[in-house]
Amino acid sequence: MSNPTYTAIFYLFAAITVFSAAFVVFSRNVIYSAFALLFTFFGVAALYVFLSADFIAVTQVVVYVGGILVLLLFGVMFTNNIMDTDLKTDVMHALPGTFLFLGLLGALLFTFYTTNGWMLSETVLQGSVVERIGFETMSRYVLPFEMASILLLAALIGAAFLARYDNGDTNEH
Amino acid sequence: MEQLTTIGINHYLTISAILFSLGLYAVMTRKNAIVVLMGVELILNAANINFLAFSHYNGGMEGVMISLFVIVLAAAEAAVALAIIINIYKIFKSVDVSSIDSMKE
Repeated sequence: MSNPTYTAIFYLFAAITVFSAAFVVFSRNVIYSAFALLFTFFGVAALYVFLSADFIAVTQVVVYVGGILVLLLFGVMFTNNIMDTDLKTDVMHALPGTFLFLGLLGALLFTFYTTNGWMLSETVLQGSVVERIGFETMSRYVLPFEMASILLLAALIGAAFLARYDNGDTNEH
Repeated sequence: MEQLTTIGINHYLTISAILFSLGLYAVMTRKNAIVVLMGVELILNAANINFLAFSHYNGGMEGVMISLFVIVLAAAEAAVALAIIINIYKIFKSVDVSSIDSMKE
């Protein structure tokens, strides 16, 4: 699509996503990272709307922003003494990490740009996918759907068991 | 110029490559376990963008369904990983992943 407004809005959301992700990674303060991650998730959700996956975008906002981000913030609060430390995260292996970052980015972009013929279809996805997701979930993907429910139940019980408050009687260290 | 103004599949692939590399950088260089977890979330989002981009330009529903399951797995992973991190903090009084080496000889 070559509508100028469409292109401009796409680049706006792409910039929000990439720059806030860079802020997540390069910021030294854990709280700043967590709040920059909020903008990354919203930017990615907007890109999902551009890809005509509106249901996935809403799920992204609900699950990531409403669930995972709040969980991460709780993790930060639980594992740092807010009052007396300044919530810094140190850097290790900075030089190998930078080499890996640049090398991987270059290799991925080279592969993406030099691969010709992605076998793209003439008919792209259009409109809302909610109804089709419903049909697919109940027909071809019913086994993964049920497995996901069992996995979520197991993760729920496991996480609650692991993070349960012990009365401090078995503290070996 | 035509390449830049017409949004095609390469734009989405570029964004996802950048997000993936940034996430891997965070996983590799950060000492705080929670920031490592944020890097993993960035990597999963990059994978999701790729799935949805190929699904959109292919006209099929496979990528959409798989990305939905990826989101489910990410939620389960975050919950269990944070429970483990809280336990590590209880025992070691720190979430510095480079100092937790009591299994090392």
